[in-house]
Amino acid sequence: MSNEVLMAITRSLVDCKPDLTAELTQEALESGEEPLAIIDQGLVPGMGIVGEKFQTGEYFLPQMVIAANAMQQAMGLLEPELRARQQVSRSAGTVVIGTVEGDIHEIGKSLVATMMSANGFRVYDIGVDVSPAEFVDKVKETQADLLGLSALLTTTMTVQRTVIEAVEEAGIRDQVRVIVGGAPVTQEWADTIGADGYAEDVIGAIELGKRLLT
Amino acid sequence: MRDVYNGDQIIQEGRGVRPQFRMLSDDLIEQIIAEGFQLLMDPGVRVHNREALGLLADAGADVDLESQIAYIPRDIVERALETAPSEFYLYDLGGEPVVHYGGDSVQFDPGSAAITLLDSETQAQRAPVTADFVKFVKLVEVLPQLDAQSTALICTDVPEEIGDLYRLYLALSYMRKPIVTGAFRKDTWWTMKDLLVAVAGSEDALAERPIAIFDVCPSPPLLWSDLTCQNMIDCARYGVPSELVSMPLAGATAPVTVAGAVVQHTAECMSGVTICQLASRGAPIVWGGSPAAFDMREGTTPMGAVGTWMIDVAYTEVGKALDLPTHAYLGMSDAKIVDAQCGLESAGGTLMAALAGVNMVSGAGMMDFESCQSYEKLVIDAEIIGMAKRLIAGVEARDQPIALGLMRELGHRADYLGQLHTAKWFSKEQYIPSAVIDRGSLDAWKRKGSKTAWERARDRVGELLTGYQPSPISDDVRSELRAITLTAARTFGMDELPPLPES
Repeated sequence: MSNEVLMAITRSLVDCKPDLTAELTQEALESGEEPLAIIDQGLVPGMGIVGEKFQTGEYFLPQMVIAANAMQQAMGLLEPELRARQQVSRSAGTVVIGTVEGDIHEIGKSLVATMMSANGFRVYDIGVDVSPAEFVDKVKETQADLLGLSALLTTTMTVQRTVIEAVEEAGIRDQVRVIVGGAPVTQEWADTIGADGYAEDVIGAIELGKRLLT
Repeated sequence: MRDVYNGDQIIQEGRGVRPQFRMLSDDLIEQIIAEGFQLLMDPGVRVHNREALGLLADAGADVDLESQIAYIPRDIVERALETAPSEFYLYDLGGEPVVHYGGDSVQFDPGSAAITLLDSETQAQRAPVTADFVKFVKLVEVLPQLDAQSTALICTDVPEEIGDLYRLYLALSYMRKPIVTGAFRKDTWWTMKDLLVAVAGSEDALAERPIAIFDVCPSPPLLWSDLTCQNMIDCARYGVPSELVSMPLAGATAPVTVAGAVVQHTAECMSGVTICQLASRGAPIVWGGSPAAFDMREGTTPMGAVGTWMIDVAYTEVGKALDLPTHAYLGMSDAKIVDAQCGLESAGGTLMAALAGVNMVSGAGMMDFESCQSYEKLVIDAEIIGMAKRLIAGVEARDQPIALGLMRELGHRADYLGQLHTAKWFSKEQYIPSAVIDRGSLDAWKRKGSKTAWERARDRVGELLTGYQPSPISDDVRSELRAITLTAARTFGMDELPPLPES
C-alpha cells in the first residue's frame, strides 16, 4: 500500500498535478509513512524524472517550475513532522538569494531559486531590491553556505561588489561562497569583485553551486 | 523623391492601398482595453514614487501609501488618454521636423543601451568604449534608412553612474538626427536635460522643438519603479517627449497568451499615460514596448520569436485605437553572430513593424536579445529597413492608363530597358540595395573575393564612414556639453573625460 502512495507522489510531480502532490503527501503522512521515506522515495525521484525530461527537451520550464513548487509545498507539510522526529532532510546546501539594491528584476533570480530548490538546496529567496545589510543578516540567520546576487543593470551590477564588501566587514566572508549572475555580469566581473563564481544561466548556477559546496 | 521611403509619403490620390497588417478584431481591441481599465482598479498599479502617488491621489485615485498601490478609476485614465497628444514631431539639430510620431508613419532607430559590441575583427562580444560609440553614431548618421539616433552603446571607459548621460553627450557631439535615449538614474536625468538644453538653446526651445525622446519602462507586472516614474514626470514637466516601454514577458511575468500579454501591456501603458498627463496635460507620450514571448526551454527573452512580434503588433493596434503615437522594439535577433538566424529574425520583425505602422521601430543593429550591438548588423538591417519602407510605400498606377499605351507601343518587343518609362520609374519602383546585398553572377561574386554578407557588411561600414559630415553644433555648444559632462563625471570620481576621436 505505502509503496503505491509513494509512487503516486512521484507520478503526481511528473504529471504536474501540484494539488494531488499535496493531497497524497498528506495522505501518506496520515497512513503512517515516514517523512524521510516520502521525500527520498516519493518526491526526489519525481523531481529527478522531471529534470531528465527537461534535459531531453520533452519538458519545458513551466513543467519544471510547477513540479518544483509542488515539491516545496509538500516539503512545507513534511517539515513539522521532521522537526517533531528531530530529523533533517538531506540538503545540497543552504542558499540565500536575491536581487541587489536598486534593481527590481525578478525573473532570473526566481528561476535560479526555484531550480536550486528543486535540486536539493535549501533556498531562502529574499526578493528584489535587497540591501547589503539584509543579505548579511539573512546569511547569518540561516548560516547559509552560498549567497547568490542577481543584477540586471550595468548601474546595479556594482552593488554586487558592495554586498561582498559588507559580507567581508561582517566577518563572515570565509563562511559563505558568493556567486553572481545577471545580464551584464561576466566571469571577468566576478573575478574583479572577488566573487567565488559566476554562472550564465539556471543550469550553470546549479552546477556551480554543487561544485562550490563539494 | 528620395530613394528611401517614409511611411508618410506614400499613396497618392487613392491609387493604391497602403499594405497594412492587422491581427485584432475591433471587438478584441475593445475587450483588451476594457480589461486594462479593470486591472487599474483591481489589483491596481504599484507606484514606487511619492510624487506620482500624490498626483494620482489628488486626481481622485484611491492610493494606499503603505503598499504603494494606486487604484485608478476609469474616468481619470480616459481623461488622460484624451489630453495626451495623438501626434508630435522630433526635430533634427538643424531645426527640421524629421520624425513624425503619429498616424501610420514608420521610422527606425538602432536598438539602444547595448552592453557589448560585436568586434569587427574577432566577431566576439567586447566591452564598448568612447571611440566605439562615436563610430556608431557616425554610422547611423550616414545610413539614409535610419531616421533617428539612439544611445545605442554603454561605454565602459567612464563610471557606471554616468553611463546614461555620457552616451547622450557623445551622441549630441556627433549627430544631426534626433535621438531616442533614456536615463538610468533620477539625478542623471537632470544632467541629460541640461545637455539637451545646451543644444536646443533654451528649455522653451527644447519643449517646442524636441530633439530627443526618453524611454520610460514600467516593470512587469504593473509596477512603476521610482526611477523610471520620476524620469517620466520630469520629462512631462519640461515638455520632453517620453516613450513607454512596457515589457510583458509572456509566460513569465505576464500571461502566456498574446492577448493576455497585451492586456497587461495596455494596463501598464494606460497607467503611464495617466501619470504623465497628471504631471503635465498635453505632454507628448508614446504607446510603446519591448515585450517578449518567454522562451520555455532556455528561460530567455527572444526578440526574434514570432510570438514576440505578435505581441508588438497587437499592442500597436491597441495604441492606434486609443489614438496615440506608437513605438516597438522590433527587428532584433537572438543570434550571437551575424548569421542566417540573425538575418531572418531581423527581417521578420522589421517587416512586421512596418506593416503594423509602428511610428518608431527600435532595434537595428541589435543582437543577442537586447545586449549586443554590431556595426555590420546595422548596415545589413538598414537594407532590411529599406526593403520594408519600400513594401509599405505600396503599389501605384504611376501612369494612366497603367501600361496600355506603353505595351501597345512596344508590341511584342522585350525592349523595356531602353524606354524612358523605365528610366523614369525604376528607382521609385525598386528599392536599390547597397553592395551588402549580393546580386551579381557567381563569377562576379568570386571575382570580388567570394565574400560573405558579414564581410561585405564590414567593407560597407568603412566606406560609409568616409561620408560622415560633422554635426552642425557650434564650438561653444560643444565645449558646454563637455563641461556639463565633466562636472557629472567629477561627482563620480572621474577627473578627466576620455578624449574624443576626431570629428
